[in-house]
Amino acid sequence: MTEERTGPLVELRDVKVHFPIKSGVLIDRTVGYVYAVDGVSLSINKGETYGLVGESGCGKSTLGRGLLRLVEPTDGEIVFDGTDVRSLKGEAMRKARRRMQMIFQDPLSSLDPRQSVESLLVEGLKAHGLARDKAATARKLRDTLAAVGLPASALSKYPHEFSGGQRQRIGIARALVLDPDLIVADEPVSALDVSIQAQVLNLMEDIQNELGLTYLIIAHDLAVVRHIADTVGVMYLGGLVEEASSDDLYREPMHPYTRALMSAVPVPDPQVEDRRERILLAGDLPSPTNPPAGCRFHTRCPWAQPKRCADERPALREVLDGHRVACHYAEDIAAGRIRPHEVEPELVRPDDGAAPGDTGELIPTP
Amino acid sequence: MSDPITRPGVGAQRDSVDPAAVEEKPEGVTPSAISRLGERKKARLDALAQASADKGGVSLVRDAFRRLRRNPVAIFGAVIVGLFVLVAIFAPLLAPHDPAQRFDELTKNLTVDNIPGASSDFPLGSDPLGRDFLSRMIYGSRQTLFVGVVATLIGLGLGVLIGALAGAFGGWIDNILMRLTDVMLALPALLLAISLVAMASRSSQWTVIFAVAIVNVPIFARLLRGSMLAQRESDHVLAARALGVKQGSIVLRHMLPNAMTAVIVQATLTLSTAILEAASLSFLGLGDPDINRAEWGLMLGVDGQRYFEVRPELAYYPAVAIIVVALGFTLLGEGMREAIDPKNRR
Amino acid sequence: MSLLDVRDLSVVFQRRGERPFTAVDEVSFSVEPGQTVGLVGESGCGKSVTSLAIMGLLPRRGNKVSGQVMFDGADLLALRPDDMRDRRGRDIGMIFQDPLSSLNPVVPIGTQVAEVLERHRGMDRKAALKEARELLDAVGIPDPNRRLKEYPHQISGGMRQRALIAIALACKPRLLIADEPTTALDVTIQAQILTLLKQLVDETGTALIMITHDLGVVAGLCDTVNVLYGGKVVERAARHELFARPRHPYTHGLLNSVPRLDSPRGERLHAIRGSVADNIPWVEGCAFAPRCDNVVDACLEGTPPLEPTATGGDLRCNNPVTEEVAVP
Repeated sequence: MTEERTGPLVELRDVKVHFPIKSGVLIDRTVGYVYAVDGVSLSINKGETYGLVGESGCGKSTLGRGLLRLVEPTDGEIVFDGTDVRSLKGEAMRKARRRMQMIFQDPLSSLDPRQSVESLLVEGLKAHGLARDKAATARKLRDTLAAVGLPASALSKYPHEFSGGQRQRIGIARALVLDPDLIVADEPVSALDVSIQAQVLNLMEDIQNELGLTYLIIAHDLAVVRHIADTVGVMYLGGLVEEASSDDLYREPMHPYTRALMSAVPVPDPQVEDRRERILLAGDLPSPTNPPAGCRFHTRCPWAQPKRCADERPALREVLDGHRVACHYAEDIAAGRIRPHEVEPELVRPDDGAAPGDTGELIPTP
Repeated sequence: MSDPITRPGVGAQRDSVDPAAVEEKPEGVTPSAISRLGERKKARLDALAQASADKGGVSLVRDAFRRLRRNPVAIFGAVIVGLFVLVAIFAPLLAPHDPAQRFDELTKNLTVDNIPGASSDFPLGSDPLGRDFLSRMIYGSRQTLFVGVVATLIGLGLGVLIGALAGAFGGWIDNILMRLTDVMLALPALLLAISLVAMASRSSQWTVIFAVAIVNVPIFARLLRGSMLAQRESDHVLAARALGVKQGSIVLRHMLPNAMTAVIVQATLTLSTAILEAASLSFLGLGDPDINRAEWGLMLGVDGQRYFEVRPELAYYPAVAIIVVALGFTLLGEGMREAIDPKNRR
Repeated sequence: MSLLDVRDLSVVFQRRGERPFTAVDEVSFSVEPGQTVGLVGESGCGKSVTSLAIMGLLPRRGNKVSGQVMFDGADLLALRPDDMRDRRGRDIGMIFQDPLSSLNPVVPIGTQVAEVLERHRGMDRKAALKEARELLDAVGIPDPNRRLKEYPHQISGGMRQRALIAIALACKPRLLIADEPTTALDVTIQAQILTLLKQLVDETGTALIMITHDLGVVAGLCDTVNVLYGGKVVERAARHELFARPRHPYTHGLLNSVPRLDSPRGERLHAIRGSVADNIPWVEGCAFAPRCDNVVDACLEGTPPLEPTATGGDLRCNNPVTEEVAVP
């Protein structure tokens, strides 16, 4: 997994995705923005797995889709293997998609129910003119299915005839058949039963080892991300608050939000559960249409300090070697110089400032 | 549930053995675990896995059709519709007489106060002009079916065109087309049809067909546009975009076919309202002026109404026929809706 | 005497034109006063149907419920619908997975809590609203006075779940059934709700049945855990016992297949092979047999019995796991 790392395959520089909130009877007027992704910079090395975690509404899914330009980024730079993806137009962009594929959360809804598995797999090949030779195509489909652990007889079947885990294998096969370099997996296992999740995670690891793929894995489950990712980025309200190697992040989470998130993940072990200290966050996630000024987390942060946290947005800076944190007081908190305090929960309206019912559609995060 | 091998009808999705199982077994455990399993039992589990692997795919349409066949309500509707279509097709064979011919046996006793009833030659008696009522009822089915189907098809065609354009392009095309349908929807259906028929210089059955079709255009258009928009946001369309499939191909191969299911169900239901609307227009005397043509709405409106006190059957038979046929299409349509609804899929 | 004693509860669904499907298959368990009992399993294991059957909330048609649900010495299944309705809310409260669809969208939160108090405790509106305010405060909803007048869509998911807990607790029920109460919530909100539930159970002494697919949730909360598979209890044990020494291969497999936050990285997960679709009917053997690594001949010779174990639990397995879970 570690042998051939040769610099970044993907680089994001200050990427922003803002969704306009439209209102009006005949002519739509923009009345505000949902700041789904608000200035994220990160890079993913070749052959590496980058895990993006965060809770619903943090913008992790939007970032993944923005990277693939399935939603159009508002600002920033996306460099894929030396090419500025945002500058690609029409046909060039379409061609470029072959090298960056996506795996979806819900394997059933992301497979067209009217297509047989064969047609699902061939479609991508056809779109890129790779299905010219019939025999070669048939071989390719069989090999791909075998790689994801499905029999060749699956080709003539339809998505609804498979179990959840098998459907996700089909989704993976659809991405693999194009020989991509990068796969963005948006919550690849969260719709699956617990006993099936391990199968799919193992499969994804095997494929990566075999084909040298680069993964961007987006998930809300910290345990899953820690298991599969080399580097983990934690998102909160549209921004990256912490980024470190998976082990470092687990050993020493430095951002208060990461600490809280980590302490909230239940561990299936009563001994651990009885002993552990929980950092309970007060209140709910603020609305991304109207994010708090300064540090976005200061409204819920048990370590928040007067003035600076509310006034100045902390930059993501390297606090330890390879460990980036967006917190003014990361060192002080780590050294225990600042103690956590009580936080009065602020009430959060689910649809602050947004058109009723709109936010859910605009931020397609589970 | 019974023996796993002898239950092929349970459906492929339920009894498939995950083939990945074979590879996922942790080493060291598997061989001994399998060897501990008796040979006969192992063969049985293998057969179970094989049975599901060999089975061909069942497409969504076939799956829906299977559910449709299991629904007694839909079957009932389908039987009614089927009988009706058969009668319409074989009308010349089934009808004992020429529907336009006036019979001397009937006309000789015919007065305003007396219309001959059933006799051995004429099982349903005479109509007010001395023609065989049964034959006219039978031939009437042809007219009703023709008007209903053609009107629905025209409405469907135009509606799908408008809806697909609006749904595929969005933006100002969508805006213009939808305001157009808003205007059409704002007029009461029957009123719109009446004014269309009235505007035509000479009424014929085509004015009725066209009027009924126009009334249904905005319904189809809006329905299709709505499902197209839903499809545009759906994961599988996003997946196709991520694959790099061309935009035109996404619209034609993914969005339109999936959006059409709702429209097809609606079309079946529309057949019944189209029949009722066409009958209403004929009833009001806005239909085909040809008095020789048998048409249930016209029979109900002109003969049935005028001679109701003399022979109420003249109204009853066409009225019941219209209701039953409309009911048949409605039940079939509801059955299709239920069968296609993904929530019923298991 | 147990507060709740479920004996041989079975629920068979019979849909038109389809084979009968046994969702819950002779499930027995009991809940002592003040105890927290977990029902754990994956989708389709029958855990939710069990809770609905206990509450008498299954649709009246299309299913057959048999067995006994003894609550306070009376069989809930034998009660008339009116009496059962009276019991629900007063003696047994329930919290559902989706707090938005469980609340009436057009009635203010305060009124929804107050109505329960009026109906079951005979309070007048004014007293009920006052009590409702206190309940909202008790479940940690900030500024409860203003919340009383607000509608469900105006508050967040976590707050809705708190409101739902307030409603369930309004009549001080002796038993609370929580069906995946945190599945729809984010991890940090889940931690808030679980802490609240634990605290409420400690303070009020109400018994709790926790239904979940998440072993982590169970580990921190339940006294006794029932693991369900294919509609049957396959293993029952005290919390520490179950996680330290899972005996049933399914429990063992589940614990080994979930990535743990505190386990060393890079280890391959031990997946359970196959899926629920591979199950064989219980009458033919152990439903889990096709997916099981410990399968022996006897596993295909009829249903293995649920037998008491040396450690005070119960186990339904012919060839249980003996090794201990490696402590990381």
